[in-house]
Amino acid sequence: MIQNAWLIPLLPLIGFLILGLGNKFLTKSLSGIIASGTVLGSFIIAVTIFLGFLSGENKATTINLFDWINSGTLHISFSFLIDQLSMLMVLIITGVGFLIHVYSIGYMSHDEGFTRFFAYLNLFVFSMLLLVLGSNYVIMFIGWEGVGLCSYLLIGFWFKNQDYNDAAKKAFIMNRIGDLGFLLGIFLIYMTFGSVNYAEVFEGAKGFASGDSVLVVITLLLFIGAMGKSAQIPLYTWLPDAMAGPTPVSALIHAATMVTAGIYMIARSNVLYTLAPITQTIVLFVGLFTAFVAATIGLFQNDIKKVLAYSTVSQLGYMFVALGVGGYSSAMFHLTTHAFFKALLFLGAGSVIHAMSGEQDIRKMGGLKKYLPITYITFLLGTLAISGVPPFAGFFSKDEILALTIGPFSNIIFIVLSFTSVLTAIYMFRVFFLTFHSTFRGTEEQKHHLHESPATITIPLVILAILSTVGGFLGMPRIMSEHHFLSQYLAPIFEFSDLKSEAKAPSEFAEYTIIIVAVVVLALIVLWAMNRYIKKASVPPADDKQTPALRNLIYNKYYIDELYDAIIVAPINWFGKQFNNIIEIQMIDGFVNSIGKTVIWGGKTLRLVQTGAIGFYIFVMVAGIIAILLYNFIR
Amino acid sequence: MLTALLIVPLLAALIVFAIKSDKVRNLALGFSIIELLITLVILFQFDKNGGEQFITNCSWVHSLGINFNVGLDGISLMMVLLTTFLTPLIIFSSFTNNIKNPSAFYGLLLLMEMALVGVFISLDGFLFYVFWELALIPIYFIAALWGGENRIRITFKFFIYTLFGSLLMLVALIYLYNQTPDHSFALKSLTGLTLPRGAEAWIFWAFFIAFAIKIPIFPLHTWQPDTYTNAPTSGTMMLSGIMLKMGLFGLLRWLLPIVPNAVEDYAKYAILLAVIGVIYSSCIALIQSDLKRLIAYVSIAHVGLIAAGLLSQKQQGLSGGVLQMLTHGVNAVGLFFIVDIIERRTKTRTISELGGIANVNPLFAIFFMIILLGSVALPLTNGFPGEFLILTGLFQYNAWIAAFVGLTIILGAYYMLKSYQRVMLGTTNSITESFRPLTTVETSVLLIICALVFLIGIYPNLFLEFINPVVPNYMSH
Repeated sequence: MIQNAWLIPLLPLIGFLILGLGNKFLTKSLSGIIASGTVLGSFIIAVTIFLGFLSGENKATTINLFDWINSGTLHISFSFLIDQLSMLMVLIITGVGFLIHVYSIGYMSHDEGFTRFFAYLNLFVFSMLLLVLGSNYVIMFIGWEGVGLCSYLLIGFWFKNQDYNDAAKKAFIMNRIGDLGFLLGIFLIYMTFGSVNYAEVFEGAKGFASGDSVLVVITLLLFIGAMGKSAQIPLYTWLPDAMAGPTPVSALIHAATMVTAGIYMIARSNVLYTLAPITQTIVLFVGLFTAFVAATIGLFQNDIKKVLAYSTVSQLGYMFVALGVGGYSSAMFHLTTHAFFKALLFLGAGSVIHAMSGEQDIRKMGGLKKYLPITYITFLLGTLAISGVPPFAGFFSKDEILALTIGPFSNIIFIVLSFTSVLTAIYMFRVFFLTFHSTFRGTEEQKHHLHESPATITIPLVILAILSTVGGFLGMPRIMSEHHFLSQYLAPIFEFSDLKSEAKAPSEFAEYTIIIVAVVVLALIVLWAMNRYIKKASVPPADDKQTPALRNLIYNKYYIDELYDAIIVAPINWFGKQFNNIIEIQMIDGFVNSIGKTVIWGGKTLRLVQTGAIGFYIFVMVAGIIAILLYNFIR
Repeated sequence: MLTALLIVPLLAALIVFAIKSDKVRNLALGFSIIELLITLVILFQFDKNGGEQFITNCSWVHSLGINFNVGLDGISLMMVLLTTFLTPLIIFSSFTNNIKNPSAFYGLLLLMEMALVGVFISLDGFLFYVFWELALIPIYFIAALWGGENRIRITFKFFIYTLFGSLLMLVALIYLYNQTPDHSFALKSLTGLTLPRGAEAWIFWAFFIAFAIKIPIFPLHTWQPDTYTNAPTSGTMMLSGIMLKMGLFGLLRWLLPIVPNAVEDYAKYAILLAVIGVIYSSCIALIQSDLKRLIAYVSIAHVGLIAAGLLSQKQQGLSGGVLQMLTHGVNAVGLFFIVDIIERRTKTRTISELGGIANVNPLFAIFFMIILLGSVALPLTNGFPGEFLILTGLFQYNAWIAAFVGLTIILGAYYMLKSYQRVMLGTTNSITESFRPLTTVETSVLLIICALVFLIGIYPNLFLEFINPVVPNYMSH
């Protein structure tokens, strides 16, 4: 079976081609079936290969399809690497991807661009699979840019609205900033190791001393790419804007899969990062800062999807912190559970928005509990999972990352990260209570339309809710179980890094303390939130209300977008204008035209010499002869 | 065999000139397809690892040692293929317009094709120069007779600009000729010369300026936006798709191997100019309000990058540069055709007056998007392999230059997506709401271009196999 792994990306590609070319001829239901069916097919193949890895029957395998680009010593083959890490990602992409496809059948049923939507989704799954399956950095880059394109197409899916198009364009361009870093990283990898294949690069890197400057530069350049794709400070502002896309897109691309590409890239390159401790520290602090800042912004957002978007940025920060302290498998663990509960939360939000006839402002919701019972319960489970309430999925993965941060940098990371966890719980329960509890605050017309979503929407919710509930058992802490399933499964990938890393497991005492403190604090937060949003029925102020300066600053996302406009976008346009008006028109063309004018003037002037008077000609001739004689005489 | 490549379009041009009929365009198309078929025959007989092939060498002006000496290596074959492939496509795409005085127009196009093929297959310096100048004449008339307003002034400027460059080249060629022991213009004799360092220096700059004007490289480019904008679309396609490759090809074949020491000394300045031009014109493209002019500046950015890749003297820089010449030919023709389609329907090229075309004509929106993606070098489209290789080469030459010029991938996405958004997306207005569906000719041309966008993007080795083996011949060290 493992030799047929190339079918995994091929199926969604076929789906894309059928939907793309047959756009006009396919009915909606057929389009939905083709799109979901191809992803399901890939998922089934992936499961069989995954089981093969579990039983020990499968070994990491490279599948060579064809030579893609050859030039001199540079050989880039179109080939896939099937190993534990890529298969874990494939399972998430196709599994969660399939559920979201099914969900979209219901969610997009009234949209005239239905088939186009599914074509884009299939194309996205194909690109994402290329990204994780590639056996060298350039194939990863194909997928990397491919998912960026799909993200662009899907954010701007409703392209009549120019605001959405702006958001789409912004996402693409910000990602391209990161992509340039990635690309330069690839060039340096090729120059250093003479190859871009993972196998040869990592083998070569093992010969380098830890902290070698080349490795530091390579890892930093790759990290720039990761920052763009995984929305880390300073390249994160595109992600909240990306919520302009249809909600299933936010769930699939901007929560569960694409934005985790940066995590995957660093986990894949763990050998390089382990040998570049300086970069690791930078990754750590960028992740920490992002986790914290995004969580504070999330506290005051009133758009349900925006809250989830900032939450995603923040959770990605967590994963980078884990990568930064060398906890590669912990990062992958959190990536997995996050894919479950964040997809769940987004899809739940989509169900709410669907019921609310497109309304996204939580100030206008409330009391939806009784209208949307399934959505309510599943959203609650998602909220519990992301907040880290035991025994839900987020608890285990987050606890593991927190435990890793005890010790280094005199516990500053641990403290900030723990505080961020508190913020996470606050903003999530705020959204939860404002949306589902208390009384309905929308219009009468919206109230009239309130209804639970159809089965294509609720079934994926239920499945994801189950995964968010039990997903944590993939990796239980030492005090509960001898077996950490995920880290054992991934052990061959991180073998080298685990040997090198000095990260020691936390003491049992520390683990118990974390759990107890977490439970108590979470309980307090829930009580506080219930008091505030249910008992007092407090609602966030309207946009035109005066609010304290700090709150205003955070509400406006620290004015980062305005800052970028002022220091990047405006200057580039200014350069364009100055280049065009001054250098292009006045200087260069002015110079060229002045040469032309001189020639014309010269011609006109010389023409006057031809007077036609013979006397004048003779005079000039004689003067000339005398001049020549004089010249010879003097010489 | 190669002689046929010159004779067919020449005869075709004469026949087309002579026939005064509206159907003459079909004849022109037929001849250009025959030319393409001959090229394909050569392509299949070509030995990829065989160096110069299909050589014809006979005396032309005996007393001056000028020979009719033509031949092909893998790179010149690719250039000939580009020419003979794009010419029928350009002729076919012009079927959408009713062209006044078609026999003169198509005759000139075919004459130009002959001259361009001649430039790419000449192995004799004098012959090269003759074809180089000959190519200028038809395009001068095409731009001056069928162009837009201001066409006389603008075409004249273009003419003087390139003639100035050509004269520099002629002086350098004659100097080289006088240095050869056997008084010959043959490429082999010229590359075999050992010249004083000072002479190499001025020859380098004389050739470089001649080629830089044609390419064009900053700051010698100011003829280009005006000419591209004012010439009729077919003329612009011939210019941007094929003719500017004369300059790039000239760099490769008539500059790098002849003055290797000067290349060592001065290539860095030339690269710097090219690279500055890439960013400079990208910035200007950002603020253009005229869609055709915008594409013209995009073209300057793309060819600047190719020139930098060729001058980097690295295997990947050269291979990528040649591959990108093919890609640029396809994409430039595609983009100018897109502009032409829009302009013919809406009577405007002003970006701010357009919008929402994707609502009325989704098929056109898809074609535009695919060509746009090729132009911004998305992987698996034709822009990527070449750009990737060029940047790999430049990175080995100097990492900082690669990082600086790499900004073009960000700026490129910015200006292309921005204009696409303004033109195609959003809601329709009174100008765009009645945007007519594509005609059969338009759809076919766009389909062919899009197929090539994917073919070169997905399987670039098809072309790289011809290019790679000869690249070391053009690397001076």
